[in-house]
Amino acid sequence: MADHAHTETLALRMQFDTEEQQKDCSTLGMWVFLITEVMFFGGMFAAYTIYRQLYPHVFAVASTSLNGPIGAFNTCVLLLSSFTMVMAVRSGQLGKRKAIIVWLILTLIFGGAFLGVKAYEWNEKYVEHHIPGASFHFDEKGSDGKLLIPESEQGHAQIFFSLYFAMTGLHAMHMVVGVGMLLWLIWAAKAGTYSAKYFTPIDIGGLYWHFVDVIWIFLFPLLYLIDRHLPK
Amino acid sequence: MSDHSQEHPIDTVRTYALILATLLGLTILTTAVAYVDLGPFSTVIALAIACTKMTLVALFFMHVRHSTKLTKLVIVGGLLWLLILLFMTMTDFATRTWLGVPGR
Repeated sequence: MADHAHTETLALRMQFDTEEQQKDCSTLGMWVFLITEVMFFGGMFAAYTIYRQLYPHVFAVASTSLNGPIGAFNTCVLLLSSFTMVMAVRSGQLGKRKAIIVWLILTLIFGGAFLGVKAYEWNEKYVEHHIPGASFHFDEKGSDGKLLIPESEQGHAQIFFSLYFAMTGLHAMHMVVGVGMLLWLIWAAKAGTYSAKYFTPIDIGGLYWHFVDVIWIFLFPLLYLIDRHLPK
Repeated sequence: MSDHSQEHPIDTVRTYALILATLLGLTILTTAVAYVDLGPFSTVIALAIACTKMTLVALFFMHVRHSTKLTKLVIVGGLLWLLILLFMTMTDFATRTWLGVPGR
């Protein structure tokens, strides 16, 4: 039996033998949570796969109406935020308290920028009547003057946009939670909670932030980049 | 879990910057390649690039390469479950029309 008579600190709670053990335990716990998130998003990716193989052409046409360059730009913004997040964790490892705050604030700014661009894109879809529902209509026409998606297949286009809004919406919701988490981390960092000995919340928060980034890494090509080469 | 030998190493800024540059490069690549007609391989390439990016983020930004064996096992196990979800679903949907089964 290990000696549990140590003084309890943030870095070493009563129930753990060593700081290393406590840290590994936190990491493992977070990963188990992230796996449940993988399965959560996985259901939506499965739905996407089914409908895309059922209506490949409609999905390709509907996808080209999304703003490709802005999507790519936003992907870069999110990747930058992942970089600043990992730099915050690194500052934690080194015990640089001021640097932690600076990197976390930068992450917050990039995350906020991503959400702002997303709101702009959703508004674009709203103006174009691409939000599924009674007023939905995909009226982009080809060079021959005919609807790219005939009236009989408008319903299939609604499925694409339903998936688009559900998947990017769920992703954005995770981003909003992430922004809240960052605000809390910044507040705690300002209060001087973190040091080289104890920065687990930043580390674990980083795992969450990167996970949300990974989801977007898949959403971007699957939603925005389907057969962009097709002639309009 | 009483292995004290491996303290968590600290990666250099250079490593993280290189990974970021690679990720940004792959984003531009996947966007550019979408405008090229590769037939059915468009999706394969897009997913291959996305998987590469995911692996880089996980290994470096999420420190998986410094994680314990148990954590690594949990991650691989989780991804395996995702593949079961996608694969088993598609065996159904992709093959439904092969036989004239009533109910389709």
